[in-house]
Amino acid sequence: MGLDFTVVPKFMDVILLGALWTIAITIAAATLSFFGGIMFAVIALYAPLPVRLPFRFFAWLFMGTPLLLQLFLIYFGLVQIGIDLPAFVAGVIGLGLHFAVYNSELIQASILAVDKGQTEAARTLGLSRMQALRKVVIPQAVRDVVPPIGNNMIALLKDSALVSVIGVSELTLSAQLAIGRTYRPFEFYVVAAVFYYIINLCMEAGLRRIERRTQASR
Amino acid sequence: MDFELMLRVYPFFLKAALVTIELSVLTALLGLACGALGAAARLSRLSALRWIGAAYVSLIRGTPALIQLFLLYFGGPQIGIQLDAFSAGVIGLGVNIGAYMTETIRGAIVAVDKGQTEAARTLGLSRWQAMRKVVIPQAARLMVRPLGVNINALIKGTALVAPISVIELTYTAQRYIGSTYKPFEMFMISGALYMVIIYVTGHGVAWLDRRVRIA
Repeated sequence: MGLDFTVVPKFMDVILLGALWTIAITIAAATLSFFGGIMFAVIALYAPLPVRLPFRFFAWLFMGTPLLLQLFLIYFGLVQIGIDLPAFVAGVIGLGLHFAVYNSELIQASILAVDKGQTEAARTLGLSRMQALRKVVIPQAVRDVVPPIGNNMIALLKDSALVSVIGVSELTLSAQLAIGRTYRPFEFYVVAAVFYYIINLCMEAGLRRIERRTQASR
Repeated sequence: MDFELMLRVYPFFLKAALVTIELSVLTALLGLACGALGAAARLSRLSALRWIGAAYVSLIRGTPALIQLFLLYFGGPQIGIQLDAFSAGVIGLGVNIGAYMTETIRGAIVAVDKGQTEAARTLGLSRWQAMRKVVIPQAARLMVRPLGVNINALIKGTALVAPISVIELTYTAQRYIGSTYKPFEMFMISGALYMVIIYVTGHGVAWLDRRVRIA
């Protein structure tokens, strides 16, 4: 069986729709991982010990285990406790939490690296501890880790292919759908790869712009 | 938590962990070979080789590993490459991590001070001798830690072969979640085994890093 790319155009609408879902999942999960990462960082650093310790344990566990395993836990675990989420939502939560843990590690280190004088000055000006953290320390800490967080987001885009395994009909699953009809895996995985590559290029260009803007405001 | 069930099924997970370890070791070796070749190509004087190296890194890092693996395993037979799931896993993941290792190795080589090469060349060493006897020994020390990060990612990445039915840790967890309806317990067993593998590897890398630093 040779290669025959002429079957591809017939399924282009399916693939394009899948690509849109991949973009949607990536944006949703990236947003969740960004704000989740900030929240996790604050919990890991400042929450009372009974919260902080178990939290750090699970963060450590999430950093040392494969995303695919975590997706199975979240998808089937939620069903187990009676929460039957659509696959898309479970996928976004799984991807978002996984990368939130990675972002949180970056942000924690960055928060600790912000000059102590900043907090002291804010407190002297009458801000509460929480206000000083939220309005003075965190904005500076986050700005400093924009490039590595951007790298995590690129990784997130590529790892979004994994949610096909729990039945989210994004780009990978759309390709598989077309393959199921045509028995042409090579052609459609190449097409899917091309789409991922293009989305990846656009995302890198976007992240570079954000980087330039945040680094300019220093 | 159902400890009784966990005790009953854990031997199957232990066996699966051995497959994960085997996959990790073979993938790491292939990855290092691809990384060394890739870095050599990217630093070559021949622009064609540099271009091939850059294309390798860009294409592999720009697309999901899962798609690469599926392309090799399901699409391979169409172009005459017929592999069993395990071999496809090792080759697919090895070539994938090799692209990341290419950048790690290249970065370490570039980070060695230019004066070192210049001094070696002045002393009469050929370009290749200067690289082999002066630059690479110094670069090797710099690359242990970042290669350790690549290997850590690779170990977790071996889970990607679960969808092509290689009976490793994640596949086993998935199967037992399906048959026992105890996702949390199965996650804890397989998670603990992944943590052991990652922890031991991490310590091995740290030990090696300390050794080469003193030398």
